[in-house]
Amino acid sequence: MMFLRKQLPIILAFVIGLGLWLQAYIPHRTSSAGLTTFTQSWAVILAGCALLLGILSAVHHHWTKIKLRRQGFAYSIITLGAFVVTLVAGLSWWNWPGFGAAKMADGSLFTWIFDNVFTPLAATMFSLLAFFIASAAFRAFRARSFEATALLIAGCIVMLGRVPIGELIPLGGGHDLSDVAGWIMNVPNAAAQRAILVGVILSQVAISIRIIFGIERTYMGGSD
Amino acid sequence: MRSLDLTNTRFCLTALLLLSLVCVLAPHPARAQSPSNPEVTDHPNDDGSAVILSFGLAGDELLELMPQVQIEGVWHDTETAPVLLSSLDKRSDHPEIYGWGVTDGNAELRPDDYYVPISKYVTVGEDGEPSVVPVSPELGEFAVRLVVDPAGRAESHPAGSVQATGQLFNRNMSFRVLLAFLFAGIIMYFILAARRNPNIFIRRIAGLEAVDEAIGRATEMGKPVLHINGLDSLATLSTVAAVNILGRIAGKVATYESDLLVPCFDPVVMTVSQEVVKNAYIEAGRPDNYREDNIYFLTDQQFSYTASVCGIMLREKPAANFLLGYFYAESLLLAETGNTTGAIQIAGTDAQAQLPFFITTCDYTLIGEELYAASAYLSREPMLLGSLRGQDLAKAFVMVMIFLGTLLSTFGSEWLSRLWTPL
Repeated sequence: MMFLRKQLPIILAFVIGLGLWLQAYIPHRTSSAGLTTFTQSWAVILAGCALLLGILSAVHHHWTKIKLRRQGFAYSIITLGAFVVTLVAGLSWWNWPGFGAAKMADGSLFTWIFDNVFTPLAATMFSLLAFFIASAAFRAFRARSFEATALLIAGCIVMLGRVPIGELIPLGGGHDLSDVAGWIMNVPNAAAQRAILVGVILSQVAISIRIIFGIERTYMGGSD
Repeated sequence: MRSLDLTNTRFCLTALLLLSLVCVLAPHPARAQSPSNPEVTDHPNDDGSAVILSFGLAGDELLELMPQVQIEGVWHDTETAPVLLSSLDKRSDHPEIYGWGVTDGNAELRPDDYYVPISKYVTVGEDGEPSVVPVSPELGEFAVRLVVDPAGRAESHPAGSVQATGQLFNRNMSFRVLLAFLFAGIIMYFILAARRNPNIFIRRIAGLEAVDEAIGRATEMGKPVLHINGLDSLATLSTVAAVNILGRIAGKVATYESDLLVPCFDPVVMTVSQEVVKNAYIEAGRPDNYREDNIYFLTDQQFSYTASVCGIMLREKPAANFLLGYFYAESLLLAETGNTTGAIQIAGTDAQAQLPFFITTCDYTLIGEELYAASAYLSREPMLLGSLRGQDLAKAFVMVMIFLGTLLSTFGSEWLSRLWTPL
């Protein structure tokens, strides 16, 4: 049992991790078909099983909430109700009244729910971002320190430079505000982003080595 | 008055002469030139699904003729349907095949040589239905010939035949292999060195120093701690890093006997998170306090998940929010909602586009590499800290290379920057 819980995951992480690393340098189709397809197939199988676990987990969570009348249990009733309706609509092999197709085909009840309920709700959440950006920008642009002031000035230049009016604000020498905005984005901003990227990639190399060699084991629920 | 006599010999000769003159002086299409030196070779460093066809065409005519260049394949003595080339590339466009030494680039050559020689990939799909040339290298050798201006049939000589083969090592990646071994060697050296000398200095990371404070505050207030593992699967390393941090946080939460909520976006991440938290509680000596119901799957739809987590923040009012992993457009929605509830917020991501949102709305933000360092930092395990030291040295090496590359490029030498250019 201990072997299955501790040693086997480390051995698998070592073999698969090292194999996939080496596979990146082997262009032969046997390499990609053998290892990449193998791991991808396993990932699909595991994801399928895990999705079932996920659904059970979600149903259990909301059912418990309803049963114990916890705060906000009404939302759980709506969630479970919507889940059941969508599930039945997606699995039903007959045409519901007013719909020309069954299951998940175009024109079915399932696609109607997706297009007319789910998509508008998701779009509503996304559209909230505009208001959240406004409030976050207000907080970020308060010129309380040198850094915040620099951010405020750079932000204003970039915002003005990225809209058509920016090209109409001359700065002399044949340049306009959009050129300054472009310079801010392409020089200091790109340099900072690349610096972060280099750090991230080296960190990913380090964490990969720690996982492949079994030094980092927290992700499998064990101590180091 | 003499009438026009069409049978007059002098008249007929004059008319014929004039007609010939008109034919000679009238503009007519340029005569198509046969492609020269056609050659078909195996594509190097590939999986055996491509060959390269190279040939020469005179420069000035090419732009006119290019849409009429066809490849005709001869395959097992069966002539295939001709394929019209949609574009032609120069050799200098393909350093991955011809190296950086090819100089038939833009400015250095005479106009006649500008497009000469030209190579074109001839790729074949895995389903045996090639999209460019109707032959399959998997089946053996094939020969091709080029036809310019099919109406005039200005054909090339047959380009020969080739067997497309897959290679066992991509030579274009030699430098990358060297770098990978170098970085891995540096990191492994410091990991092993940390065994001998466990006293390793690591700079203070404010966001991680605040973890104890955040969990302590949640305990004092009797409110739960909320942890989000980002919106990617475990195939993303930032999610692995987030789960690692979750293990450390869960250990502290278990010690303080507080509550930990982990709503998950991915069912695999949920399963792993349950295992990680459970073990953290066991190691902290509080297995009875572990509640599997608190680590649950919500949905794998981005904005449904966002709405659900925002609802949890507003109803449960957690005192500490940890937003760690990879985030997309929902980052600001989550962090701003958490901000309005008055929770201490510690975020960490390597999604560069989301960093400004977290910095604006969270109390502490782990930027890029700090997210990956967090597990080592929180555990203070010497071997993990050793890898951070190795990583810093590798970073210093990259900085020196960037400086040297910039310097050499400034003085006209592209050698170093080309060495680092992925092919």
